[in-house]
Amino acid sequence: MKALETLLARAAPHFEPGGKLARFHAIFEATDTFLMTPPSVTRGASHVRDAIDLKRMMTIVVIAMLPCVFMAMYNTGLQANLALDPIKLATLAGWRHDIMRWLGFGYDARSLAQCLFHGSLYFLPLYAVTLAVGGFWEVLFAVVRRHEINEGFLVTSMIFPLTLPATAPLWQAALGITFGVVVAKEVFGGTGMNFLNPALAGRAFMFFAYPADISGDTVWVAMYGVNAVDGFSGATLLAKMRSFTEPFNDAAADMSWATAFLGFEPGSMGETSALACLIGAAILIVTRVGSWRIMAGVAIGTVAMALLFNAIGSKTNHWFAMPFWWHMVLGGWAFGTAFMATDPVTAPFTDKGRWIYGIGIGALIVTIRVLNPAYPESVFLVILFMNVMSPLIDYGLVRGNIQRRKRRVQA
Amino acid sequence: MSAVTPSAFGKRERAALLDPILTNNPIGVQVLGICSALAVTTRIDKALVMGAGVILVTMLANLAVSLVRNHTPGSIRIIVQLSIIASLVIVFDQILKATLYELSLELSVFVGLIITNCIVMGRAEGYAMQNPPLASLMDGLGNGLGYALVLFLVALLRELFGAGKVFGFVVLPLAKNGGWYVPNGLMLLAPSGLLIIAGLIWLLRTLKPELQEKD
Repeated sequence: MKALETLLARAAPHFEPGGKLARFHAIFEATDTFLMTPPSVTRGASHVRDAIDLKRMMTIVVIAMLPCVFMAMYNTGLQANLALDPIKLATLAGWRHDIMRWLGFGYDARSLAQCLFHGSLYFLPLYAVTLAVGGFWEVLFAVVRRHEINEGFLVTSMIFPLTLPATAPLWQAALGITFGVVVAKEVFGGTGMNFLNPALAGRAFMFFAYPADISGDTVWVAMYGVNAVDGFSGATLLAKMRSFTEPFNDAAADMSWATAFLGFEPGSMGETSALACLIGAAILIVTRVGSWRIMAGVAIGTVAMALLFNAIGSKTNHWFAMPFWWHMVLGGWAFGTAFMATDPVTAPFTDKGRWIYGIGIGALIVTIRVLNPAYPESVFLVILFMNVMSPLIDYGLVRGNIQRRKRRVQA
Repeated sequence: MSAVTPSAFGKRERAALLDPILTNNPIGVQVLGICSALAVTTRIDKALVMGAGVILVTMLANLAVSLVRNHTPGSIRIIVQLSIIASLVIVFDQILKATLYELSLELSVFVGLIITNCIVMGRAEGYAMQNPPLASLMDGLGNGLGYALVLFLVALLRELFGAGKVFGFVVLPLAKNGGWYVPNGLMLLAPSGLLIIAGLIWLLRTLKPELQEKD
């Protein structure tokens, strides 16, 4: 530790203005403050400076996401191993299977290690590409603009692959994160200036640019195709429910609520497990990094809207009857609520605004799921939509507050 | 200076012609005429025909408005300008239908909507009403060219990345036809036009910092 400190202290002068490496100050600063507590002290009137700065906050979000990452790898491997026809094992080709064979890993769906390893071969490459490509843009803009690089990107780069199907091509992920970082964030001035969540904007880009590779029934399980067992369907639960011909119940879902809650179903990698998202949400709420008002708002909005649809009922559209506890374990609901709706930059900054924002997200998710046949999943588009609305919500509330106080002064 | 006789091609005329192409581009700098720039730029041929239409209409409308500018009472000048522009648009629409019928079907209402293009009205009201005919003609030509240039660039990018083609010729062989290129579906949707224009404006303002507003 001491040696590291000396090394950083000795390197520092080169990166100061006038030093020979001053151009790369941003990169040095990022490394330095990531490893050590920032040396900055207060200069103005306030004399208290918390060690929890933006970097530490973002690190907590990354830690909160680890259960989702674990589930992403395990479930991806599990779904692939379940779908795999054991008779056709020998026909498997590709670098993933070469590695598996070389290391002596099998395809046993009951083995935790084998599922985890198989899944990691899908998650880790996507994550590595996201980090490398997104990080490249991040550092490039920071160096050119002489900004700080901060750990906000670690959060973006972790959310982004978790929202993708396991089969997403790596080059598409590279384009997606490029769009997210450059168009949704850096164009507007970088971290803290973006009005859209960069990870979601990147995913939206992929959704509209390459719909065949990011939606539909064939992309969610990494083993879809010739090697699958007979009668295998790779559709997500949300897509399956679209084709229901009878009122909703657990038997029709072909899966218990508990299984869906734990996340053993096909879907985007990080979003299947509501339990993992719940653990993450708990960490965010306890450390007060994520806003509990937004999360509670989304839950209230979902419950209210689902109950309303239950009460209205419909003979032809069986989504009306879907209970709210099913809405909460399907698709990206839990992941979006815990990690994407709570993004402090793109959510409103007033407490009342956070309630409105959260309730709006919850109500819209259910409305679109039930009423719009074109999109079985709506969470990421809804959050982007409310991202756009959040400055308006804040503006109205702040204006209202000013008016009220003016009246009080005049009275 | 005599008002009706066209002056020689001098500094003012050259500026009127060249300025709007880059430094004062109607789309890139003034951000006018965006609606048609989104609608007709999925293919280069559509964009070029649309660009030709706007060049022709802006040029002739500017000339005509400038010729009658001293005989037009201020209170009815908008009506006069509109009738001139509308007549020109109808003529262009008819010519298009007579010569390039298939393309005119695809462009559908957008040719007729040239009449509402802010650039045409803006140049007639903002320039031709105060300037002699030759300068006005050059101004119309310059603005039309500036518009067509942006349309061409946007359409080039959208057709290339959205369909793998340039002018309808295959440049990037598509994966579904045995090639390697997977087309970007977003490029065929209207928002991509907006994104590309925004990117061009970003580029223009980076190259020419004097275009940036002071905070």
